[in-house]
Amino acid sequence: MHRDSERHKLFSRRALMLGGGQAALLSVLAGRMYYLQVVESERYVTLADENRINFRLLPPPRGRIVDRHGKPMADNQQNYRVVIIPEQAGDVERTLDLLSLIVPLSGGERRRIAREVKRKRAFVPITVRENLDWSEVARIEVNTPDLPGVLIDVGQSRNYAMGAETAHVLGYVAAVSEKDLTGDPLLELPGFRIGKAGVEKIYDLSLRGSGGSSQVEVNALGRVIRELNRQEGQPGNEVRLTIDAELQHFITERLGNESATVVVVDVHTGEILSLVSSPSFDPNSFNTGLSQAEWESLISNPKAPLTNKAIVGQYAPGSTFKPVVALAGLEKGVITADTKINCAGSTKLGNAEFHCWKKGGHGVLDLQGAIEHSCDVYFYDVARRTGIERIAAMARRFGLGDRLGLDLPGEKPGLVPSNKWKLGAIGSPWQLGETLIAGIGQGYILTTPLQLAVMTARLANGGRAVTPRLTMDKVTETGLEPYPDEEAVSLGVTPEHLSVVLKGMDDVVNSPTGTARRSRITEPQWRMAGKTGTVQVRRISKAERETGVLKNEDLPWKERDHALFVGYAPVDSPRFAVSVVVEHGGGGSSTAAPIARDVLHETQRLAALRPTPGRQEARKSNTSDKGGKV
Amino acid sequence: MLYHDGLLSQPKVSIGQKLLHLHWLFVILLTLTASIGFAMLYSAAGGDFDPWASRQMVRFGVGMLGMVVIAVTDIRFWLRYAYAFYVLVLVLLLGVELAGFVGMGAQRWISLGFFNIQPSELMKIAMVLALARYFHGGSIEDVGRPMFLLPPAIMVAVPAVLIIRQPDLGTTLMLLLASVAIFFAAGVRMWKFILAGVLGLISAPVAWFTILRDYQKQRILTFLNPESDTLGSGYHIIQSKIALGSGGMFGKGFMQGTQSHLNFLPEKQTDFIFTMLAEEFGLVGGLTLIALYVLLLAYGFVIAMSSRNHFGRLVGIGVTVTFFLYIFINIAMVMGLIPVVGVPLPLVSYGGTAMLTILFGFGLLLCVHIHQDLTIGRRDSGDEF
Repeated sequence: MHRDSERHKLFSRRALMLGGGQAALLSVLAGRMYYLQVVESERYVTLADENRINFRLLPPPRGRIVDRHGKPMADNQQNYRVVIIPEQAGDVERTLDLLSLIVPLSGGERRRIAREVKRKRAFVPITVRENLDWSEVARIEVNTPDLPGVLIDVGQSRNYAMGAETAHVLGYVAAVSEKDLTGDPLLELPGFRIGKAGVEKIYDLSLRGSGGSSQVEVNALGRVIRELNRQEGQPGNEVRLTIDAELQHFITERLGNESATVVVVDVHTGEILSLVSSPSFDPNSFNTGLSQAEWESLISNPKAPLTNKAIVGQYAPGSTFKPVVALAGLEKGVITADTKINCAGSTKLGNAEFHCWKKGGHGVLDLQGAIEHSCDVYFYDVARRTGIERIAAMARRFGLGDRLGLDLPGEKPGLVPSNKWKLGAIGSPWQLGETLIAGIGQGYILTTPLQLAVMTARLANGGRAVTPRLTMDKVTETGLEPYPDEEAVSLGVTPEHLSVVLKGMDDVVNSPTGTARRSRITEPQWRMAGKTGTVQVRRISKAERETGVLKNEDLPWKERDHALFVGYAPVDSPRFAVSVVVEHGGGGSSTAAPIARDVLHETQRLAALRPTPGRQEARKSNTSDKGGKV
Repeated sequence: MLYHDGLLSQPKVSIGQKLLHLHWLFVILLTLTASIGFAMLYSAAGGDFDPWASRQMVRFGVGMLGMVVIAVTDIRFWLRYAYAFYVLVLVLLLGVELAGFVGMGAQRWISLGFFNIQPSELMKIAMVLALARYFHGGSIEDVGRPMFLLPPAIMVAVPAVLIIRQPDLGTTLMLLLASVAIFFAAGVRMWKFILAGVLGLISAPVAWFTILRDYQKQRILTFLNPESDTLGSGYHIIQSKIALGSGGMFGKGFMQGTQSHLNFLPEKQTDFIFTMLAEEFGLVGGLTLIALYVLLLAYGFVIAMSSRNHFGRLVGIGVTVTFFLYIFINIAMVMGLIPVVGVPLPLVSYGGTAMLTILFGFGLLLCVHIHQDLTIGRRDSGDEF
């Protein structure tokens, strides 16, 4: 008994020590709990939310692009694709075999799908085929009971209703590349497209809209359990262009396969009604990616279908520049409307001889006649008297030599030469002979077809500095706002001077002896005025001139002259100006003028049929229209 | 055989009288604890009694009946058959070992008809009984003799080796620690534990470089550093800490635990059920459960210390320590304090075996309580009653 009580005492002591030890260890657990759940709680709450909540971006629908009458030119199309969810399909191979009966799958496609099935988690849909047509969609839907795990998924893809006809204006959208990344998370969405050229590019931010977001709860496998919160995005703005889709279509058809540009501009507002660069390309095919062969054929084509020549092409203006030279001479006072000059076919400057396009000469002409007949000798003389600096200054007032700020990417400035420019760029002083050459729009001077159209508009609207634009409303970062409703500022050209020049341009088309007589518009209220131009692409040697200049038809295409025409209509109350440049087209009067006539005719016909609703129209009919509208 | 005053001073005591003396407060506390488990299993199933909560309740009910039967059985029965029971379980363990060796890979289970059981779990109780009987039969002087300690050391070592080969590190650990506690409570000198500890520390590196093969070393390294296995056990611990920590002071609410319900938490109904509790009921909920455990443990100690026979004391302390080890290892594991070992949370985790072991142990503990006034001589180890 005594022995046992001793044993009991020892036991109790030891038991208490064990109990104490356990109490201490349990206190450690309690302390640890306090640390994790109270001290560190916030951190773990964050971690827990990161664990379970995924943000999904909802891409906004891209804004449509419509023409001046609201006709859609770029919109979004449902893109049906068929996807397979391996987890639901069970036997993926067998399901694909069945699916192949509806959508034939190549061996390569099967291998790609098999690869993705292996790589991705079983509940992630795998794209089997994109851009299904409606009958395929319908047949898959009907057969869904036999196609476990096969789903039709709808995405959006950009669709250009007019295809190649508007490609150079609208541009296209394509996948985001590394250098496009700006931090906008939308750009990192797989399959997201951004504007890569044209209006799509320059107004990309406005068209893009802003993404919405969806907070979804996911489980440990990443599978979506439910949506917690959804914030709708802002769809992209609809951009209404000044382009008349029907006119654009007409011009494209009219140009056929010519390497040519046509720019139609409203002389009062600067609205571009049409901007065509031919040939073109199909922007829809850029959406899904071009094949190597398609790409090769596009970039190797000598007619440069990928280049928007209307704003990028820089051509010597040739005789279309003569009205500007005339105005410079009149302004300086070295000539008047009545100044007469005798053209004997050529003129001499030192040892050099400068030829008129008409070998036998025009005889004695006044200014109006010189414009009508496009006499080179007359303008050599005007240029010599006026000097390059005055000519250059007048050219700049009419929008040449610098970018006009059209809302398209990639506009080129052209070139208006001067003494200072030549010293800087070439390193030698200006020669008087170069002034003479400039007087007929050749030599260093370069213009874009857009500049030519704007120059013509500024002549036709009475010398006001309209600037070209492509949108009916100003597109800003926040949305759209109307353009200020005011007349373009005056260029300060004396009206009498201008009227002589315009009369000359009227004669070019409408006088019985005008260079573009054959291209006149016969409806009196739609009559057009204009100026032809033919620009040498090659240097004509003295030997050739003596043996007889080769005719264009006898030359290889690349060496033929460029054919130009600028014009406006109606003569009595100008509303529309046009520039036509046909690369290697031959003569301005034979090739470019008929196109300009057809274009201005159609422009006026369409405008008469469907006046554009809106305030610009209202303003014009209140102020300057003197019955020109039919 | 010496009888003292009190209930069991009489040769025969009715079952009814024994039932009256059952520690009913203890039974209520453990029912409360198990009920927390039912609630968590209900939540783990997304608000359904199926598949876990209902089956757990049935098991608990059956287990409680068994517990009461064990409690009212004469404590001398357990003393008498302690070794026999130990040998039986050892044979089962060996059988599993052989079957596992012959069959494919590790096998821990044997079927008891309606119930599958792991012999390694039964060994936890068998070991307590066997060691208690052994030390009951030794005097204070005996316990001081090193040779006296050799047989119980072998009794511990043999099953420990068998179990670690399964491999089941958690159970081995618990078996060893519980045995050490019984050695300690039996009065083995403190310096011997220190010496054993030092020897263990010395032999560990020797064993590392001489005995262990590379794959064994690798297994131990992964065990010691789960973070190196981020997609395996390390991932589990990280997720467990996130779930637990995000519970905060008051938790996310019953059935509102996002991490556990979205399957970020592995094994939420078994080993990681405490994490789920702490996520849904916060610090307050976690501490409440721990407080219930502390009360049960405290009663365990009181029962052990109140026994007038050494066998009862040692059984009581053995059961209590085993119970504690379950609790501590599980909770410390889900909090990332110790490496992941598969030890369930007693009374709460889903699973029959641990429940059975615990209720078997508690049956013995209650048996000790009922028979606390009974003195049993050292020599008469049950051979003659």
